Amino acid sequence: MSTDWILPNSPPRAARRAGGALADPPWVRALLTGVALGFVALFLVLPLATVFLQAFSKGISAFGAAIVEPDALAAIRLTLLVAAVSVPLNAAFGVAAAWAIAKFDFRGKSLLVTAIDLPFAVSPVVSGLVFVLLFGAQGVLGPWLQAHGVRVIFAVPGIVLATTFITFPFVARELIPLMEEQGSDEEEAAISLGASGWQTFRRVTLPNVSLGLLYGIVLLNARAMGEFGAVSVVSGHIRGQTNTMPLHVEILYNEYQGAAAFAVASLLAVLAVATLVLKRLLEWRMGRASCAARERGHA
Amino acid sequence: MKRSNRWIPRLAVAGAALLLGGAAAADETLLNVSYDPTRELYAEYNALFAKHWQETQGEVVTVHQSHGGSGKQARAVVDGLEADVVTLALAGDVQALADRGNLIPKTWQKRLPHNSCPYTSTIVLLVRKGNPKGIQDWGDLAKPGVVVITPNPKTSGGARWNFLAAWGWAQGAFGGDEAKVREVVGAIFRNAPVMDTGARGSLTTFAERGIGDVMIAWENEALLARNSLGDGEFEIVVPSVSILAEPPVSVVDTVTRRKGTGAVAEAYLRYLYTPEAQELIARHHYRPSDPAVLARHAAKFRNVELFTIEEKFGGWQEAQARFFGEGGVFAQVLAGR
Amino acid sequence: MAASRSVLPGFGITLGCTLAYLSLLVLIPLAGLFWKSASLGGAEFLAAVASPRALAAYRLSFGASFAAALVNAGFGLVLAWVLVRYRFPGRGIVDALVDLPFALPTAVAGITLTALFAKNGWLGQWLEPLGIFVAYTPLGVTVALVFIGIPFVVRTVQPVLEDLEPEIEEAAASLGASRFHTFRRVLFPAVWPALVTGFALAFARSVGEYGSVVFISGNMPLRTEIAPLLIVTELEQWNYAGATAIAAVLLVISFGLLLGINGLQRYGARRLAGGRAA
Repeated sequence: MSTDWILPNSPPRAARRAGGALADPPWVRALLTGVALGFVALFLVLPLATVFLQAFSKGISAFGAAIVEPDALAAIRLTLLVAAVSVPLNAAFGVAAAWAIAKFDFRGKSLLVTAIDLPFAVSPVVSGLVFVLLFGAQGVLGPWLQAHGVRVIFAVPGIVLATTFITFPFVARELIPLMEEQGSDEEEAAISLGASGWQTFRRVTLPNVSLGLLYGIVLLNARAMGEFGAVSVVSGHIRGQTNTMPLHVEILYNEYQGAAAFAVASLLAVLAVATLVLKRLLEWRMGRASCAARERGHA
Repeated sequence: MKRSNRWIPRLAVAGAALLLGGAAAADETLLNVSYDPTRELYAEYNALFAKHWQETQGEVVTVHQSHGGSGKQARAVVDGLEADVVTLALAGDVQALADRGNLIPKTWQKRLPHNSCPYTSTIVLLVRKGNPKGIQDWGDLAKPGVVVITPNPKTSGGARWNFLAAWGWAQGAFGGDEAKVREVVGAIFRNAPVMDTGARGSLTTFAERGIGDVMIAWENEALLARNSLGDGEFEIVVPSVSILAEPPVSVVDTVTRRKGTGAVAEAYLRYLYTPEAQELIARHHYRPSDPAVLARHAAKFRNVELFTIEEKFGGWQEAQARFFGEGGVFAQVLAGR
Repeated sequence: MAASRSVLPGFGITLGCTLAYLSLLVLIPLAGLFWKSASLGGAEFLAAVASPRALAAYRLSFGASFAAALVNAGFGLVLAWVLVRYRFPGRGIVDALVDLPFALPTAVAGITLTALFAKNGWLGQWLEPLGIFVAYTPLGVTVALVFIGIPFVVRTVQPVLEDLEPEIEEAAASLGASRFHTFRRVLFPAVWPALVTGFALAFARSVGEYGSVVFISGNMPLRTEIAPLLIVTELEQWNYAGATAIAAVLLVISFGLLLGINGLQRYGARRLAGGRAA
């Protein structure tokens, strides 16, 4: 079963080849490269550059002021908090799901895999909406929660829930194909030598998938910190309390504070670039690791 | 990476603030759920009220703010956003708290002076420097080729006032010929290429993005735009007749009862009617309800013939159902019917 | 649901945790959505999901998503080809940048694209005199969705191109086939399942996209209002059932797409495997 398609990239496979009889004529090469680079420049480089240029359009001190403004700091804090809760939750879930799905065969497995994908298929707005329907004061559980003084929607728990929902599949999606590819031979050997299940997992499985796990977590984290649609529906937009960074960007933008909006946005853009760099590094390490494994296999 | 020296203390401040969490714990906190353009007003008013409360009661009170489209904010409160007070754009949205959430008594509007409206405003036309399209009155907005900017009356309470102002003018201008009224008001709103969900989005579209010839705006937003955005880039055109926009306020009883904040919440709203607060309100370009304060700022608030929603439309409940409900008049005239 | 006779422990607990977590976080909330929309009668449901405004919103959402996915299929194929086959300075950076739309928060993408394409923006000021209006038009929606969809086609086509056996192409070339012929007869048949998958992924992602679109679309009912925004708007007008009905329609369609994509993937994998075995 191939399940690694939804994540935008999976670790590189065989080394790339080029040249030989397959070389395109120079003009084709130039044309295609030109088209590809033009597209990248227009749709990727230009927007990224715009974020930073707009962020500093009113000068470096305006940029600094926008970042250290109390509401901005509160938004940064909340965004970090949300990621700090939903990333470990989804990572733990991803590992458990991958173990069950990759190491065992059972009926309904492909249904389960599709169900795990569901949050990818749901519009972010809809994912916010379902929690309002469930926990809102007019919702199913709302009145009971209110009577017991528990706030979910329009408070931090609701934001965490919506974010966790949106980022639910990332780690599972990354680990399932990886664990399937590796098979269970090493684990079975460890068990037959008398290791406990937990020891086997920690000493055998985890080291084998650690890079993949990290890779999934990097992507998960980027999405968790940047989620907008779902969080916007459940946040309540209380300044300094329930605004995450993307929501703060929206508010500043709508309040005619373009430069400040882009200043906060540029922090998110830095996060995005850091994510890309980390991802590259991990892919590179994984590429080497899988080459080494293949060589070991041949030996 | 090299940074200039003054960055270091800044970053240190940022880091410390991040670690220490929010401000010092307050004795009492209120949440004021309001609509888009009141942010600056309440940011200042909250400080004023906190000082007053500290002086008279010896208690520290912190007021948090939430802003958004008025209708959206009302829905959030009904869905459980724990607002101690709401300060929305129209009575219809506050009424929803009574009708749909049972959060306040149906008689809420009688609890505070002036129908619970500590300030009012009206709808005016904001045009670009020199008024290149020669906009003088509502009728000019219906002309072909004039690009009108307004938020969407479906989502923005403020924009519903816009629609009703235009409708009220058209009724007077065409002697109640409903077909003609529909045609002209429809033409005005069909001249809008963009309908943002809230008033602030529209202002960004008009001022920052440079779209449109005229923006239908609340007087306070128009004054704010003229005075603080760009140097003489915008001019205000006062139409021959407009609507008295009455944004009301209310304590949210069920919430304050649960939180035990009833007294301070009510004091927060009542203090809006005091001369100090009314002065602040006038400075933020809302028309104060206190005649003495209004008189002091008469130069700013142009005299214009105003009608109320009661007179022309029989109140919000009726106007809401007739114009803005599903398949209502707004949807009909927008579709050119 | 019985595990195979594996010696490995932990099946019960991991599957149990997975199912519990999945149910609590995803399945029960989504079931609530259908339950709520079921509170409408059949006729009301139909009226909600097929009102002129809703139909216009689907048309825009699906139309713009389709157009954007087509653009991405074309440029994505070229980009993947260039990245796999050619060497040029900065190739690694370009390759890494392809994932930017995935890592950049959608709200940031939304305000940035709006700033670029608005009348006074860097690109807008050149395009508008030519009569090309991007911001606040369906074209703007498409531009935002092109941005969002870039990684999908590139990242599904890239590995297939990398795995292609060069011998086949070499054989074709040595048999006298032109480059174009080789491409049409040898490369394209191998690549198209991945291309279609990438297209479908970009399309599915675009249909639900909200953050990057709301800023640039203008949100004009019947003209530039996307379906996810209509859900929010309906909600703001107290029309919970109407909002959930439209949400349910979107959900069913995206889930159908998801199933289709999974099927395509299996089909592509089988073809590839079959091709290798032959």
